[in-house]
Amino acid sequence: MSAIDELFQRLKSEGKKAFMPFVTAGDPSLDFTAAILKRLDAEGCHLAELGIPYSDPIADGPVIQASYTRSLQGGTRLSGIFEMASEVTSEISMPVVTMVSYAIIYRMGIDEYLQQAIAAGISGAIVPDMPVDESDELAAKCKALDFSLIQLITPTTPRDRAVQIAEQTTGFIYYVSITGITGERTELPADLADNLKWLKSVTDLPICVGFGISKLEHVEVLKPVADGLIVGSAIVRRIAAATNDQSKNQDVMDDVGGFAQEMLSAIND
Amino acid sequence: MTSHFLPEPSPDASLPDEKGRFGEFGGRFVPETLIAALDQLETEYYQSRKDPAFQAELDVLLRDFVGRPSPLYFAKRLTEHCGGAQIWFKREDLNHTGAHKINSTLGQALLTMRMGKKRVIAETGAGQHGVATATACAHFGIPCVIYMGEEDIRRQQPNVQSMKMLGAEICPVTTGSRTLRDAVNQAMRDWMSSVADTHYILGSVVGPHPFPLIVRDYQAVIGRETIQQSQERFGRLPDAVVACVGGGSNAAGMFYPFVAETDVPLVGVEAGGESDQPGRHASSLTFGKPGVLHGSFSYVLQDEDGQTDDVHSASAGLDYPGVGPEHSHWKSTGRVEYRSCRDDEALAAFDLVARNEGILPALETSHAIAKGMEVAKERGKDEVVVICLSGRGDKDAGEIQRLKNEAAARRT
Repeated sequence: MSAIDELFQRLKSEGKKAFMPFVTAGDPSLDFTAAILKRLDAEGCHLAELGIPYSDPIADGPVIQASYTRSLQGGTRLSGIFEMASEVTSEISMPVVTMVSYAIIYRMGIDEYLQQAIAAGISGAIVPDMPVDESDELAAKCKALDFSLIQLITPTTPRDRAVQIAEQTTGFIYYVSITGITGERTELPADLADNLKWLKSVTDLPICVGFGISKLEHVEVLKPVADGLIVGSAIVRRIAAATNDQSKNQDVMDDVGGFAQEMLSAIND
Repeated sequence: MTSHFLPEPSPDASLPDEKGRFGEFGGRFVPETLIAALDQLETEYYQSRKDPAFQAELDVLLRDFVGRPSPLYFAKRLTEHCGGAQIWFKREDLNHTGAHKINSTLGQALLTMRMGKKRVIAETGAGQHGVATATACAHFGIPCVIYMGEEDIRRQQPNVQSMKMLGAEICPVTTGSRTLRDAVNQAMRDWMSSVADTHYILGSVVGPHPFPLIVRDYQAVIGRETIQQSQERFGRLPDAVVACVGGGSNAAGMFYPFVAETDVPLVGVEAGGESDQPGRHASSLTFGKPGVLHGSFSYVLQDEDGQTDDVHSASAGLDYPGVGPEHSHWKSTGRVEYRSCRDDEALAAFDLVARNEGILPALETSHAIAKGMEVAKERGKDEVVVICLSGRGDKDAGEIQRLKNEAAARRT
């Protein structure tokens, strides 16, 4: 059983939902990323998504794109990210998964990537540009290592295909709330709750919802039908105010920590 | 104009397979959100290929609107200058809108309507694909948005003006290197949100399956006509065929019908930029490695971490860090030889063709001409080398003058 399976089993027995923040590795520095991960863990967040910066992200809106650009311009390398992660994961209790382009995994080599990620204490991967049809090799290798491969289902996914994706997924299903790229939205689609109810009826995996989620109202809608909520841009936007001088980032840390606390209490009040 | 000319397709000519792979290359590395649209496009495309009414409509447009067949022209003075094989130009520059791009945009616009989609988006580098898309959309009355990098907007102004006059909306792309690669990213992001009612008319044989297949097939009219015209003129096939490769659409269209004709050497020409150093060229096949970019597995210029390298070429249309997956397959099987051509070689070829033939070739095309002359010099006088003259160079006049002034300033 992976760390993620254990997490959701525990939450289920406690009748709780997961709050899962996303942060970009190396934005603005790996020191900041380490500090904010520890802070989010201390606030009680359940799982962190660590975004591996990529030069050509297709699924991301302007906020996350800009964070990737800042990180890469600051000289972030994969080796540094794994180094930082291995230090942090030993000190925190929430599992960490990477959001990573297949371009990056392929260049390093699937085996090497998995080995380094696992050595760094990382529990799984979300690979947003690898649809289920291309994922056989990666899925088999992840399974053999008990490393979760979290696949995405979207509003444009036909239902028979959604069932097939669920069968190939480990850890949890990432349900994309909207047809579009990442970024905060005022409103979520009207049929979102119904789609989630249907998906729940065909899989035993936890279902977590991401893309567009940023407001307490969203929490109210999703709480009854999702097992967890993923928030990216609303956090990355706050982190954009951070500087390379970690001693001057206390306000940003508090802003992000406070937002996480608000969302956490809305989810599990 | 028939859809299938190959009497007995070789295994190569039957690709891609059902997973959209050319050998190991190709596939679909895009977000799940786009998969249903790609499936729909694939289904509709295969159906349209078997639909005589669809094919007839496209054939009439290619004849009466584009002006096909494009001539095969003997470049007599250039041949004399080189002193080797006869050089012939396949005149795609004489197409309506001045390049090969229109062959594919008309087909894709028809597909857009067949799928019941109401809006078109496209990326453009040199602006030729943008103009050809804007033209097809104006012809059919489809609203269209063109993504174009700011740097390319600067260096290809005439095409920007044309697109606007044709009623297209231009979205300047200000991220990254502000060139073709970033325009593709931004078009893909638009499509992520608009996929239900919008078709993305991709301009090259790149991207996720089925784009490399569809664009190649629509461009294959170039190679089919070249084969027919060669039979008529020479009673045989050419002795070598040369085309430039950015994403590689004109080359794929020219080469594909020749793939089964294994006696005919095929030469693709990539942008060599200023030097072999990373960041100073755009030769993915010559200097890159297999990897993933823009939805397909193909040769790409990346660093060790999988981050896309910056690239450089004087020509906006070749200034791209990837290449179509079928070209990667042809490289790995050895069916096509790929050479790299520097900016200064291309500019010299431009001058030579302008003054000796009275033709202004596009900067992209000038790369093919430079290496085509090399190929001709390697061969005897009774041999025939066909170069795909993929586009006209009026759009480049200002940029070429600027580059010459820069070079002159460096010399003094």
